[in-house]
Amino acid sequence: MTSETTNSPMRRALPSMSVLGPVLALIVLVVIGASLNANFLGTANITNVLARSAFIGIIAVGMTFVITAGGLDLSVGSMAAFIAGLMILVMNAALPSLGVGVPIILLGMAVALLAGLVAGLLNGFLITTLGIEAFIVTLGSMGIYRSLVTWLADGGTLSLDFELRTFYRPVYFDGILGISWPIIVFAIVVIVGELLMSRAKFGRHCAAIGSNESVAHYSNVDVNRTRLLTYAMLGLLVGVATIMYVPRLGSASASTGLLWELEAIAAVIIGGTVLKGGFGRVWGTVIGVLILSLIDNILNLTDLVSPYLNGAIQGVIIILAVILQREAKAKG
Amino acid sequence: MTDAPVLSLRDVRKSFGPVEVLHGVDLDLRAGEVLALIGENGAGKSTTMKILAGYQPATSGRILLDGEEVSFGSLHEGEEAGIVMIHQEFNLAEQLTVEQNIFLGRELHNGWFLDKARMRRLAREYLDRVNCTVHPDTRVSQLSNSDKQMVEIAKALSRDARVLIMDEPTAVLTGSETETLFEQVRAMKADGTAILFTSHKLGEVAAIADHVTVLRDGAVVHDGRAADIDEDGMATAMVGRDVSDLYPDKAGAPDDVVLRVTGLDVPGHAEGVGFELRRGEILGIAGLIGSGRTEAMEGLCGLRPARAERIEIDGAKIDIRRPSDALEHGLCYMTEDRKLRGLLLDKSMRVNLTLQSLDQFGGLMIDRAAEERALDRAIEEFDIRAGRREMRVGNLSGGNQQKLLLAKVMMSDPSILIADEPTRGIDIGTKQQIYAFLRTLAASGRAVVMISSEMQEVIGLADRVLVMRLGRVSGTLSGDEITEDAIVRLAMGVGAGDSERAA
Repeated sequence: MTSETTNSPMRRALPSMSVLGPVLALIVLVVIGASLNANFLGTANITNVLARSAFIGIIAVGMTFVITAGGLDLSVGSMAAFIAGLMILVMNAALPSLGVGVPIILLGMAVALLAGLVAGLLNGFLITTLGIEAFIVTLGSMGIYRSLVTWLADGGTLSLDFELRTFYRPVYFDGILGISWPIIVFAIVVIVGELLMSRAKFGRHCAAIGSNESVAHYSNVDVNRTRLLTYAMLGLLVGVATIMYVPRLGSASASTGLLWELEAIAAVIIGGTVLKGGFGRVWGTVIGVLILSLIDNILNLTDLVSPYLNGAIQGVIIILAVILQREAKAKG
Repeated sequence: MTDAPVLSLRDVRKSFGPVEVLHGVDLDLRAGEVLALIGENGAGKSTTMKILAGYQPATSGRILLDGEEVSFGSLHEGEEAGIVMIHQEFNLAEQLTVEQNIFLGRELHNGWFLDKARMRRLAREYLDRVNCTVHPDTRVSQLSNSDKQMVEIAKALSRDARVLIMDEPTAVLTGSETETLFEQVRAMKADGTAILFTSHKLGEVAAIADHVTVLRDGAVVHDGRAADIDEDGMATAMVGRDVSDLYPDKAGAPDDVVLRVTGLDVPGHAEGVGFELRRGEILGIAGLIGSGRTEAMEGLCGLRPARAERIEIDGAKIDIRRPSDALEHGLCYMTEDRKLRGLLLDKSMRVNLTLQSLDQFGGLMIDRAAEERALDRAIEEFDIRAGRREMRVGNLSGGNQQKLLLAKVMMSDPSILIADEPTRGIDIGTKQQIYAFLRTLAASGRAVVMISSEMQEVIGLADRVLVMRLGRVSGTLSGDEITEDAIVRLAMGVGAGDSERAA
């Protein structure tokens, strides 16, 4: 830290704490995990951690764009639950006519993607065209989707037909070359997201809007369209995550996707994206997601600290991440 | 009065990083005296005032209060000592009422509860003293700029200031409001308050100041009684050199019309604006602040809702609905507000330079190498001086920011450039560069519209001048008709002659 204050050329040589912080935290967690439990670095555990991270991770990549462009989406958790419920209902209903097979799975996937896209566009429309604050809009839609899925399930659980579930299971549990599908899809989403954020016009426009909306407007950036696209993209990614999630449990209920929105936002912030917008990095978000998953995993594997304290530890990490961000900003 | 100074600076220096911006400033504020601190933008006036009021510590040197050396650890200590500063950008809590603002931080109590009755009575009294008719319950966010200024002064009155420091208090005031302010200043002066103020309007300085201190490039270059220096003397001291060759030669014979606008309406700001722009000319747009100049041009460029009967470029009728339409037709607007609308202060020069024309730098993916080359060219062509290539644009000086903004809008290679206040808040050397650039641009077969509040600039640079008043075009001047008097008459409505208000 001292090198930061001395002179400016030094700063370029050393990445700042906002870059190093999350990476170091991840390494420390891996070392702690490996030293506490021999199975930690085993293929089974790593696959498990990554596959479970994939849902939040895919959503968090979309959230990175929304937050970078100065927005926020609180509705993603209940949106996922609603899409899962809808998907199960449609697939069950289509079962007599389509039978168990690839077409019905494709139908379910199409429903999930479409529902996600529409839900995202709706959030985006209310926020951009009608100019209502993102916090309010998505707080509202969060309640609406959560309530809708509870209603669809009549307060209980919506379950996919047993045969269908057996047929659909491989989408979560199988993969290519021993890497399961959720991990593959997560990796693709991350790579595309990172390119889009750091190399493409879209990412540059998102950062410009989050940094200063007026400047973006005066610089011929279509502010509303870009913002709308970030919400639509997030909705679509919630759909993608749900496609991976449904075969895991084969059911949806009022508690599906509970607090996912907060985990996704936390992962984005831990990764170094600025909460009020203007700067975002997708690879940071991935590290944020992994940090949160590893904490959970380590607490479950060891009996050092009660797993019930998971939330508290995550909370501390989030606050630390924001303090690091502020330090970086004060010096930049 | 010539008794001992209340507040003094002795050999005060201030550095930001490796750059020293104040080089040993001496200054004396005396009770019952008005000191005018004048200088070009960037001369160090604001920094000097902030050090006086305790907003910023000096790097070295002494601050003397009643002859005793003091160091204000915080703004609060400055206020405790009776030093009150009124900022150019107001320091009012927008969502609180006028009365709450006046007593903010020193609310009157009656036991455990706020003494609302007494605060109301006093608030009314302070507002009356500055002839301000706003109700104490009005939210500050609903006030006009001039009312906000009056509330700031009422707030200063409530502080029983011994020393009152005002940063360009008249910039947002009309002539009569300025007069009200000056009456208050005289009253406070008679009560023994030491007053320091800055202004770019030298006429005001001559009217109100007892003592004039001129800063140039961070050093005091003149210090003496106001009676001993006239306006010309002040200007010469401020600039420090002959500025008669500030403006390039004007254009020759008028060419064909490149832009013709008729019946341009911008709801709430401008109505029925029409004008012609010829190839090779610089058209100045003058008028008071709030006359709709900026809004009309923003409307023309699709930046805000507007409707026009007809817009022609090179004789062909075009429609402009959004900024991209304007850019496609070679029409580009450069904002007056480089910090809030022009540049991303947290980003690098490269990102700022290419933001408006990212399409030139690859399709979906951005070609970074091409961006770097463009930045190389811009730095060269516009003489942008930055410490480091990757530094935040917010850390560039105002002049360099302005040059970067100009480079940014020029990336889209406009055939018609509308430059709004292109030299606001920058030093005279950079001004000269920008004037030369605009003239060269016009001479290369393009056309320039320049909106400006600086009378001398309009007269010196523009080939023709369009004057706006209350959202309408009140007249067009060309050649020898372009005089300060003629512009002021049109800007104020025929018959008026108060040149101060037109600036």
